[in-house]
Amino acid sequence: MEIPAELEARIDQEITHFPISKRSAALPLLHLIQEHFGYLEDEAIEWIAQKLGLQPINILELVTFYPMLRREPAGKHHIRVCRTLSCAMAGSYELLDTFCKHARIDRQHNGHGAHSLKSEDGKYSIEFVECLASCGFGPVCMIDDDFYESVTQEEVPQLLEKYQ
Amino acid sequence: MSAPTELLNVQIDGVWYQFKKGTRVIEACAQAGKFIPHYCYHPKLSSPGNCRMCLIEMGMPKTGPDRKPELGADGKPVISWIPRPQISCAQDITEGMGVRTDSSLVRECRHGVMEFLLINHPLDCPICDQAGECHLQEYSVEYGTAGSRFLEEKVKKPKRVELGPRVTLDDERCILCSRCIRFMKEIAHDDVLGFASRGSHTYLTAHPGKRLDSNYSLNTVDICPVGALTSTDFRFKMRVWFLKETKSICTSCATGCNTIVGSRENVIYRQTPRENDAVNSAWMCDYGRLNIHYVNSPDRLKFPQVREAQGLANVSWKTALAKAGEELKQFQRNSVAVVASAKMTNEELWLTKKLIDSLGTVYHDVVPRAGQADQLLMSADRNPNTLGAQLFGITSEYPGSKLREMTEKIASGEIRAVVALGEDLTQIGLAESDLKKLTALIVVGILPNETTRNASVLLPACAFSEKRGTMINIKGRLQRLNHATLAPGEARDDWEIIRDLLQQLTGSNGIYLIDDVFKEIAETIPEMTGLSFGRIGDHGVQLVEESEDAQPVAMTV
Repeated sequence: MEIPAELEARIDQEITHFPISKRSAALPLLHLIQEHFGYLEDEAIEWIAQKLGLQPINILELVTFYPMLRREPAGKHHIRVCRTLSCAMAGSYELLDTFCKHARIDRQHNGHGAHSLKSEDGKYSIEFVECLASCGFGPVCMIDDDFYESVTQEEVPQLLEKYQ
Repeated sequence: MSAPTELLNVQIDGVWYQFKKGTRVIEACAQAGKFIPHYCYHPKLSSPGNCRMCLIEMGMPKTGPDRKPELGADGKPVISWIPRPQISCAQDITEGMGVRTDSSLVRECRHGVMEFLLINHPLDCPICDQAGECHLQEYSVEYGTAGSRFLEEKVKKPKRVELGPRVTLDDERCILCSRCIRFMKEIAHDDVLGFASRGSHTYLTAHPGKRLDSNYSLNTVDICPVGALTSTDFRFKMRVWFLKETKSICTSCATGCNTIVGSRENVIYRQTPRENDAVNSAWMCDYGRLNIHYVNSPDRLKFPQVREAQGLANVSWKTALAKAGEELKQFQRNSVAVVASAKMTNEELWLTKKLIDSLGTVYHDVVPRAGQADQLLMSADRNPNTLGAQLFGITSEYPGSKLREMTEKIASGEIRAVVALGEDLTQIGLAESDLKKLTALIVVGILPNETTRNASVLLPACAFSEKRGTMINIKGRLQRLNHATLAPGEARDDWEIIRDLLQQLTGSNGIYLIDDVFKEIAETIPEMTGLSFGRIGDHGVQLVEESEDAQPVAMTV
């Protein structure tokens, strides 16, 4: 794992925002590194711990707590389907199943509770997330950084078409 | 002089008490004789307040419009009770605080917390090492229910996780109290443990690639209130309720950690730390703790032996001692040397000094054992009683400084007889051929080695758990060893062997009890005036004022 100079400069700058306890910079650093590398390998966890004068286990505790922090690379395009109450009632489970079908993601071995799932070709990955803050227009989802409301199962193939 | 500690008034279950400022509520309750059940609280660690078992009702003095406490008919403050239960472990007492430890709300809380803690617990008590000393088990009897209302599936977690070379974890039994995490962080200063996947699947783990391999790792097993952390060494060996517990001290270094030896039918199964704030707090190192298995070794020396034409032959004690006496009488003062051990008790060393004096030799010393000291408990001096050996004049300020001269004289043939007490002479630079040159080699020992194999008289003795006696630790504290197990075969207590050797030389008689040896010491050595085995007690006696910067004794080899 090679941390580019500009990323490290950005990280060092971020740490200065927490003058009382460097430990508080752990989450921002995790986000920065995940944004850059796409996921957090063990080496990244150790690197952050060292940077903040902590033990790796202190960082691992955070990584395993927050679902948005990944220890495995996601697919080329990452789909997030909201399953908080109003979206769930509006059909987010069916939506996730449909995405999986069209994106060729095998979810036979995993229940609906499984974390992140990936297609065999690595093109798509999908996960359930909690509220995306558009409860009046469920089910909602995000593909990469794009936000979609009132998504119907019929729309799914066209949506995926946009992300190649 | 510092100001006297402020005392605060606290009402516990309707009775007013005074406690020192800074006392945690749970501790104040304990001092008032009210036990509060708890899991995560440990007196030597910080209080995270995460197990919720120590919930109590708490109140603060009611204040009037003048901001002064309202007083009741009894002249004591009227307490205004907080409607929600509070944890008692993470809060210090305050003036006028009220506590209810046994109200119906408190009982209901304990009941509820127990029910939650048991939801995912495997209830595998029949095969759990902690059974019999498990707080979950204990409080289930007192605060739990016989039946379960839980209909769902229990959460599955990792089992048989080797956290380190000496600790095995069963994550399903863990109640997430975090004592082990805090111990490793706050006491052992090796922050390797943590909780991963916080939520309903939280589990204890070390960071991938890191191991719980600190020399203090087994203390986490001691403080684990349930059977989650188990000692790989003790695991599945013995039900704890069969263990006879004998208070003793660890003899693996000069710190002399206070211990409990757990034995059954003459076999030692484990050694655990015993709290003594003057010595080891509530901890001990893994090295000392596990250094017990040699006691159970099948190779232990069991019978007195003398050298005959074909080699060593078993004989009676009477014959062996007579032979030893006969041999020793042949030698002039400095043609005999005594190699004693700083692992011997004071009583043994005292008699050894008498033996040395009656032989009239200047060649006597102990064998130093130097190691690396750590910042916690382990001393650089790996002998448990160097100070005793110095006090009784077996060795000098520099233990082992005479050994070189002695070994040279043994090798050159000038010294023709050696009394080796608990030490292997090949460890101090002598070759087996040097030992063969000796006319007499009288050996007191417990396990076979080059020296015992070349003995002219071999006298089998006792291991630390098989005898009574006293030792002086590095800080000048006199402490007691107690008798936990019996010596194998015909092996005898070391002090009796040395007394008998002395009798062979001087013909004197009259010591039948080790207590009498100690009495003699107490009458002669000013530092020990007025002491007896009873007065030393379970926590020892400080012989010299302890100085903050006490340096380990100098070591030379």
